[in-house]
Amino acid sequence: MSYYNPQDLAKFGSISEFQPELAEKFFDWYGAVFAEGELSQREKSLIALAVAHAVQCPYCIDAYTTESLQLGSTEGMMMEAVHVAAAIRGGASLVHGVMMMNKTKETLM
Amino acid sequence: MALATTSLKRRKSDLDDTTFQLNVLNAATLSMVEFPKFSELIERHGKPPIKPKSLEILQLNIGKMCNQACKHCHVDAGPDRKEMMDRETMMHCLNVIEKTQVQVVDITGGAPEMHPDFRWFANEIHARNTKMLVRCNLTIIVANKKYNDLPQFYADRGIHVVSSLPFYDSKNVDRQRGDGVFEESIAALKMLNAVGYGMSGTGLILDLVYNPVGALLPGPQAALEAEFKRALSKKFEIEFNALHCITNMPISRFLDFLIESGNYERYMQKLIDAFNPAAVSGVMCTNTLSVSYDGKLYDCDFNQMLELPVASKLKHISEFDESVLHNRTVVVNQHCYGCTAGAGSSCGGQIA
Repeated sequence: MSYYNPQDLAKFGSISEFQPELAEKFFDWYGAVFAEGELSQREKSLIALAVAHAVQCPYCIDAYTTESLQLGSTEGMMMEAVHVAAAIRGGASLVHGVMMMNKTKETLM
Repeated sequence: MALATTSLKRRKSDLDDTTFQLNVLNAATLSMVEFPKFSELIERHGKPPIKPKSLEILQLNIGKMCNQACKHCHVDAGPDRKEMMDRETMMHCLNVIEKTQVQVVDITGGAPEMHPDFRWFANEIHARNTKMLVRCNLTIIVANKKYNDLPQFYADRGIHVVSSLPFYDSKNVDRQRGDGVFEESIAALKMLNAVGYGMSGTGLILDLVYNPVGALLPGPQAALEAEFKRALSKKFEIEFNALHCITNMPISRFLDFLIESGNYERYMQKLIDAFNPAAVSGVMCTNTLSVSYDGKLYDCDFNQMLELPVASKLKHISEFDESVLHNRTVVVNQHCYGCTAGAGSSCGGQIA
């Protein structure tokens, strides 16, 4: 069996069952974050899609693939967003290489 | 240009039978999941049965013949469809236009321009000083030399042109409407722009229609319109007035796609989850009457394609009596969830 059930995505709102006040604050804030602002809803959806891949959340990938398509993103835009996430993840590892190099250089003769 | 598919009729698909489609929608066949009845859901939301308001739009489907065969077509139109409105029926329509306060005559098909009497009919409507809207699929303009002057024909009569362009790139347009359709649509849009359509100050209105290329709901109309305007202007220097976002109804060839792709239940659930009671009062059946090629009357184009006639003793344009028809109740079924999902949907775009 899988720990993830696609049907659970639609039950996201039910987190309020155990703690309504915090859930309400979260969903209000969440709604405000994704409203049209200086960034368009489509741009925000692509950012969410990229972050979903970085944090590897299947629910978020499901939701923001649909959302990105509905808001007019192309397949190419969506894959470029995934590459951005992957590049940051890869780059985050590689940039630590400088730390390794610093330590190495101070250690060796 | 290549056809995206063939008509259900030509394929001899079970879905060519509208009773079969209604059985699918009402879970009476194919072991489909049963969804709440639309009529019961609107009642639960305290909405009375839908009644017409004033008749503003007379939508005339003058034939099912089309040079395209799109995968989502609710008319099941295509090159093989020969059904066309005859002159006698057109004359009945003109009589109704004369004796009523109809504000807009909305001509659709198929590709209505392929009807041999299209230009005669458009001239007759124009002579009656009624606003006219033609649903032009764009590619017809470049399909044959004899259609190349359509932009000027429209412009000379001040016809409002409404054209489908489900995306601003070839990949998405062509997968729904056929290989090469995007390129030909862009060429046609440039021809429409060249005679003034979509350009500020000309008064010539060119609206585009977006409908999702898959089992999706349309996003917010204003946001998509801004994306379309930006992309079409930047890449092709094309201008247009407004974008109408239309939800794909789960009927005909789109229903076929939903079943074949395994998306039917998910899509119906999506429509029902997005049910918006506020959209009910603005649905197009409240101000539109739809007439089929053979003169029969329907509450909307989708009811026409499901062969669900008006609930009135008057069934034909030749018997038209506005006061009698006004007292009818709109016929609803499960496909109506398509018009009430999210921001709602009509032939004029989102409604709520």
